[in-house]
Amino acid sequence: MIGQDLLGIEHLERDQIELILETAEHMQEIGTRDVKKVPTLRGRMVVNLFFEPSTRTQTSFEIAGKRLAADVVNFSVSSSSLSKRESLLDTAKTLDAMDPDVVIVRHKVAGVPQRIADVLDAPVINAGDGAHEHPTQALLDMLTVFQEKGRIEGLTVAIIGDIAHSRVARSNIYGFTKLGAEVRVAGPPTMLPPHIEDLGVKAYSSLREVLDGVDVVMALRIQNERMGGGIFPSVREYSSTFGLDRAKLRFARPDAIVMHPGPVNRGVELSHDLADHRPSVILDQVRNGVALRMALLYLIAGRAFPQNQE
Amino acid sequence: MAPPRTTSPDSSSPPEGAKSASSAAMSPDAGVPLASSTASAVDQSRERVVLDDTKIRRALMRMAHEIVESNTDLGALYLVAIPNGGVPLARCLAANLESLAECQPRMGTMDTTLYRDDLAARGTRPRLRTTEMPSSVDESVVILVEDVVSTGRTIRAAMDALMDFGRPRSVKVMALVDRGHRELPIKIDYVGKNIPTQPGESVVFRAKPYDKSEEELFEVVVQGLDDSPPDLERTKKSGGFV
Repeated sequence: MIGQDLLGIEHLERDQIELILETAEHMQEIGTRDVKKVPTLRGRMVVNLFFEPSTRTQTSFEIAGKRLAADVVNFSVSSSSLSKRESLLDTAKTLDAMDPDVVIVRHKVAGVPQRIADVLDAPVINAGDGAHEHPTQALLDMLTVFQEKGRIEGLTVAIIGDIAHSRVARSNIYGFTKLGAEVRVAGPPTMLPPHIEDLGVKAYSSLREVLDGVDVVMALRIQNERMGGGIFPSVREYSSTFGLDRAKLRFARPDAIVMHPGPVNRGVELSHDLADHRPSVILDQVRNGVALRMALLYLIAGRAFPQNQE
Repeated sequence: MAPPRTTSPDSSSPPEGAKSASSAAMSPDAGVPLASSTASAVDQSRERVVLDDTKIRRALMRMAHEIVESNTDLGALYLVAIPNGGVPLARCLAANLESLAECQPRMGTMDTTLYRDDLAARGTRPRLRTTEMPSSVDESVVILVEDVVSTGRTIRAAMDALMDFGRPRSVKVMALVDRGHRELPIKIDYVGKNIPTQPGESVVFRAKPYDKSEEELFEVVVQGLDDSPPDLERTKKSGGFV
């Protein structure tokens, strides 16, 4: 995968996903050492190009790069020339002239990472673009489920919340379906996009039905800041219908795990109790995120070789 | 990545993890020889067994004797296997040490891939293998267990990796086969057999369980033995990591 872009799960093959997850499992061991660093990417430059504020994903990539001994440069929007009205592509080209080995891009508009990848020599990893995809989140979710359950094939995964506006949901639907899981989605009708069944999932409008017999429950964040309002009557109503607590979780399998991409709106998507304790695995997701991103940097960072080189 | 570069070599590049000039053609868990990993570099039909199971086990017993003889503090021993080939060898060596001197060395497995010096020069990244170092290496006498040593670069990487786990009192190397062609000043302390080879050849250690109830069956083969003059291109390709 060296030199290849990772723009979404949609275009990944199953064996590529499995290679990434397998590599990430090996990377986890490094996080348990006293010296949490290996010299693999020494002298390589990883650039975080974040046009949208993000603490978790950006920090996770930064730690992942540093554990592989790469130099990590954070190019954040507030300090960039975008405030001087430089165009997106000029920013990208300027960056490319500084010879990064991999560029991590987040933008609030879907498709921007693709557009940047078109002009950059370095490979681009999408760290979330609009409501399109968030591939690294989906991969770390798959890693977490795999480690909890020992498999993904044959599991049933319920994704609950604002499916229509969620890049996490979309990437996870692609990923879990490719690995042979059954994916269900549920949320208020305004949050379920039309034709969602085309992605190979079943849509439900009640929590009780969607949870019936599932192995994994994934709650999505209600993104107040991203929506113009009018999608649901009130947070309180959402929380009483689709918010998870231990009582509602009884509809799922007894050994079901609860996931959330964070940050959690406590008392909305998850009860306080569930946000903090098993069966929720939210902090494992965060921990796995670092290993997963290390795996990606290891597999991808570096420019593609000219074809005559082998 | 810009379009002109999308002709990346993922499909044209050599097989994942091809450890060309060497060893490691087996998987420790499944015991299935991954012999195809060397197929691109050498002619497998020209394969010759140079060490059979009996000879390998004798060599391992002799090396256990040497280890007992040359180490006064057997309690400090820590066998660190370099996967894949080092794992079954370390297991066997540990059993020998126990029967000889009732010493139970600590055991670990350490993948050296992330410490390799040729990662940047390759078209694909090798698959990672298991690293498991359950106890601290501080103040221990580490013996790195490898199947085939050639250039010495894997041992160099293993020493670097080891230092990230602590400060051993000393580090020694055991190799079942030393095939020469050293590129670094690395000395092997316990050698099973010296097998002089041409650079174009490949020496492969295999461990296969032919029946689950039985012990593993070891063998070392030389591949690509050829009367014709060494193919320079081939030599270059397989002269890499051991």
